[in-house]
Amino acid sequence: MPSSTLPTTTRSSLQPVLLLGLVLLLLLAVGGSLISGAYPLSAHQAWQALLAGPTSVGTSVDTSVGSSLSNAAGSELSTVVWQLRLPRIAAALLVGMALATAGATYQAMFRNPLVSPDILGVAAGAGLGASFAILAGLPLVMVQFAAFGGGLLAVSCVVLVATRVRHHDPILAMVLAGVAIGTLFAAGISLVKVLADPSVQLPSITFWLLGGLHAITLTDLALVSPLLFGALLPIWLLRWRINALSLSDDEAASIGVDVRRLRLILIACATLMTASAVAIAGIIGWIGLVIPHAARLLAGAEFSRLLPATLLLGGSFLLIADSFARSVAAIELPLGILTAFVGAPAFLLLLARQGRSA
Amino acid sequence: MSTTPLLAAHALAIGHPRRTVGESINLQLAGGEVLCLLGPNGSGKTTLFRTLLGLLPARDGQIEVAGQPLARWSRSQLASKLAYVPQNPALPFAFSLEEVVLMGRIAHGSPFRQPSRQDRALAAEALHSLGIAHLAERACTEVSGGERQLALIARALAQQAEVLILDEPTSSLDFGNQLRVLDCLSSLRARGLAILLSTHQPEHALRIADRILFLKQGQLIASGGRELITPAALARLYDSDEALIAAGLGMHMR
Repeated sequence: MPSSTLPTTTRSSLQPVLLLGLVLLLLLAVGGSLISGAYPLSAHQAWQALLAGPTSVGTSVDTSVGSSLSNAAGSELSTVVWQLRLPRIAAALLVGMALATAGATYQAMFRNPLVSPDILGVAAGAGLGASFAILAGLPLVMVQFAAFGGGLLAVSCVVLVATRVRHHDPILAMVLAGVAIGTLFAAGISLVKVLADPSVQLPSITFWLLGGLHAITLTDLALVSPLLFGALLPIWLLRWRINALSLSDDEAASIGVDVRRLRLILIACATLMTASAVAIAGIIGWIGLVIPHAARLLAGAEFSRLLPATLLLGGSFLLIADSFARSVAAIELPLGILTAFVGAPAFLLLLARQGRSA
Repeated sequence: MSTTPLLAAHALAIGHPRRTVGESINLQLAGGEVLCLLGPNGSGKTTLFRTLLGLLPARDGQIEVAGQPLARWSRSQLASKLAYVPQNPALPFAFSLEEVVLMGRIAHGSPFRQPSRQDRALAAEALHSLGIAHLAERACTEVSGGERQLALIARALAQQAEVLILDEPTSSLDFGNQLRVLDCLSSLRARGLAILLSTHQPEHALRIADRILFLKQGQLIASGGRELITPAALARLYDSDEALIAAGLGMHMR
């Protein structure tokens, strides 16, 4: 006969340890990113510049401790840390967290661990928007707006089509509509590329589509952060309820969840996160697919536990990838290429490991 | 009994947008009662259940839950009245059984809440009452089909609904687990729950049903007590040979 008491839930009790580990990983990634790049810093120099603060450029960096830094060098150091590295670190964390969270949300919602945030055509829509803006010779900020708008437009089309079609499986209808509309927008990108001036516009479009954090400014971050956090908030608050969407629609409804409404809220939030991230960073693949998968192996499938692990791991992963992209070669590697190079093998490894343990 | 039935259907027509599956269905279910639905594959049992649960719109007729028309109930209110155990559901992620059972509590309260201590206690109690407390931490992808089925019944219990609707709850279970589920359903009846289940095994109806319905091609062709289960009636229901049915029943019931 089974005992009358439940065994202590080991996963729940391990959760704080796991989160602590992931926070440490994130801090290490931040530290590593601060000192790596075209202008190499020692940990000590980075620490001094951090302590000195952003306003005290060139005047108070470390004179009391008797550092060898001259005022000019201190100023340069402060500029590197406060105006180049930290905004870029913040951008990597935000974009990584956003893509990973959107991926985890889409995966739970579509009941499929192989789903990525591109499933409803956000990336293709954003790519088309950005390509059009580059073709029209618009400034960078307009390219970002066009990318954001294009991403939202593509997903809106998908949702509209899927809700109009009477299909016995609403999820499948949405995925199929996503495939079709994604293809349509991708064809649009190809058309724009054909029309683009091959010496200036075409390289810009190609480079934008590969993704990267090099062009992100503090203004971009200030614009995008409220959108990202505004979209994260409902996902965070609904994190227990989101589990219900991993059941069949019938089961989720029978336990009292308004499936249609919850799904639409989550699609809106995850799309907003993805479109914001893509608008400032271009198309960075694999994070939204691999990170939730890895986080699920560490924290389990339950969304309340999965979400914090996904956020921390997503931020760390993109930050590490970006530090690598900045420092591994003489030129900066496009981040989208690097995440694919790391993400695809990591994904295969996870798949193989899961196959063994199943 | 004079009390209001917990679940009632009057002249109900069921089906999909372009196809009527069944009509003129009347049924009533009160607390402490087990109603068992027998019928061949494709007779409309699942469609009937989905309609009663408000998952599929009725094509005609009325459904009442605790005396109120079904349409008056919100999804979350309905979850505190009716719980559903579907047939062989797929779970794409490796939730632990405890997490699966806890999901029965999701709609009890604010949409933003997290599981409370009381929710966890109810889930633990439900797991225990089905004898799967020792599997609480096991992933639902790692346990047997039977154990998964028991977890879904436990989820329905954690939901604290007054009516349990179970679609062939014993179909994927081994003999021991079949008896365990039937025994559990009997004890739930004793606790005052109303139970509506479908099964392909007449001997299960004989074992626990207070009333039995025969559904064939969307029509209720017979309703009554256990005396309904005779080789002749079953032969009509399943378009089978009476002697064959008698032999089959004899073999099962000996």
